[in-house]
Amino acid sequence: MNIALNIVAVRTIIHKEISRVLRIWIQTIVPPAITMTLYFIIFGNLIGRRIGSMGGFDYMQYIAPGLIMMSVITNSYGNVVSSFFGAKFSRHIEEMLVSPMSNATIIIGHVAGGVMRGMLVGTLVTIIALFFTRLEVAHPLIMITVVLLSSVVFSLAGFINAVFAKKFDDISIVPTFVLTPLTYLGGVFYSISMLPEFWQNVSKANPILYMVNAFRYGILGTSDISIVHAYAILLGFVVLLFSACFFLMKKGVGIRE
Amino acid sequence: MNALTIRNLKKTYANGNEALKGIDLNVECGDFYALLGPNGAGKTTAIGIISSLVNKTGGDVEIFGHNIDAEFEAAKSCLGLVPQEINLNLWDTAGNIVTNQAGYYGIGGRTARERTEKYLRALRLWDRRNDIARSLSGGMKRRLMIARALVHEPRLLILDEPTAGVDIEIRRSMWEYLKDINAAGTTIILTTHYLEEAESLCRHIGIIDDGRIIEDAKMSTVLRKLQREVFIVSLAAEVTRAPQLDGFKTKLRDDSELEVEKGPDHDINDLFEQLSKHGIRVVSMRNKANRLEELFLRLVDNKQRLTGGV
Repeated sequence: MNIALNIVAVRTIIHKEISRVLRIWIQTIVPPAITMTLYFIIFGNLIGRRIGSMGGFDYMQYIAPGLIMMSVITNSYGNVVSSFFGAKFSRHIEEMLVSPMSNATIIIGHVAGGVMRGMLVGTLVTIIALFFTRLEVAHPLIMITVVLLSSVVFSLAGFINAVFAKKFDDISIVPTFVLTPLTYLGGVFYSISMLPEFWQNVSKANPILYMVNAFRYGILGTSDISIVHAYAILLGFVVLLFSACFFLMKKGVGIRE
Repeated sequence: MNALTIRNLKKTYANGNEALKGIDLNVECGDFYALLGPNGAGKTTAIGIISSLVNKTGGDVEIFGHNIDAEFEAAKSCLGLVPQEINLNLWDTAGNIVTNQAGYYGIGGRTARERTEKYLRALRLWDRRNDIARSLSGGMKRRLMIARALVHEPRLLILDEPTAGVDIEIRRSMWEYLKDINAAGTTIILTTHYLEEAESLCRHIGIIDDGRIIEDAKMSTVLRKLQREVFIVSLAAEVTRAPQLDGFKTKLRDDSELEVEKGPDHDINDLFEQLSKHGIRVVSMRNKANRLEELFLRLVDNKQRLTGGV
């Protein structure tokens, strides 16, 4: 493999993806900022005041890491699925397919684009959160690695969704029926210790629970689950989903006749 | 070395449609090759396989000796493609589209920007470099696709109906440009429905029909097979009926225009001599149809006649 060629190619895809996010900022940056501001006002400020503390923190502080992670996850996923499916739909994906860059480069470029948008929106939501509460980072390295790995996982998942999608409706099915319920049930707004044991065990099958809690541990130093388990799950998903993306690209599923 | 070598290339789609039934094709380095065929003959499928957009069912493809499966990076680096359908990112600017394409081939930074300028200027799009592709006319989009295909300076350029929907002035200028890049050493494969275009540009021709190559030869050799030609002859004075000419079929189109079909055993001098004997003076003469078009229709319409000579 020509490494130099693929480095330039991956840089080109990332540059293109960032330009796209910034060009349509009103669709990519503003909506999550508004949504998260509303969450902070309604759940954190108005309802949260009546809830009191959770896990030893006031409710606003407790939900802030989950809301940041939620915005990272949805934006990483949304960026890759819409960009890659859009390229498929208008056929300019052919620009990449005819070129000598490897399939791995195409995947890495798009995933990096998703991570960039996730981080951009995540940073913005963090800044908004700081208007409502105080956040002191307990474990910076854990916070950064968990948010990056989670963003990679959901960018890869978005890529797979885009590969299989045949029409625009298909790119909203997974976010609506899978991603949103799993996120809401992933301990963003509550600690699973509040649930009966059966539902605690059911919750542990939800990978988003591990991401939210590990990220919360990075910021607040508290978590419902083991951080080691969270890393194992995150790394496992990265390997599994990247392998799936690579296999699909190699076979040409959904992109080559 | 051949620019393109295709051996026993087969493609059967999931719906059972056998688009390519084992084609063999060799395109010499530096050639300007016309790949013709009716709609659905398999041209675009063949081009799709060469450019890795379509998975083949069987066979081998080599670009400048590089197998597209075993040495895909080297093979793809040699190839530029202008597809039949517009496949531009309509929301990106013309300049970005070309520069990004350079990046996909590992060409970045100043070189990419310089090449973008070079090819956008060559295709008369430099003034529109900051406009999104969506705002360009159909002809401009086609030229932008050519600029995009050339930015990595491929040794083999494949153009799948590049002038469809382009006005005659732009089409002629595109022909001149393609002639120039071919003269500079780029091998070109062209598919087109404008057979005049193929006849005036290409030195070799391949005709594909129903997934098989039914003709692959020099343009001059193929045109020599055209033993019957029909001419429209404009006359200096009006006539009331078509003259009877030995070896020619004649038909009056109107008072001053004659349609003459020439057989294989007579030449144009015979025609003028015989018309002079009838006291008919000719003002001008033209082919009724483009020669290649006539031949193409005959080849495709009647493949049985092809085996015995047209």
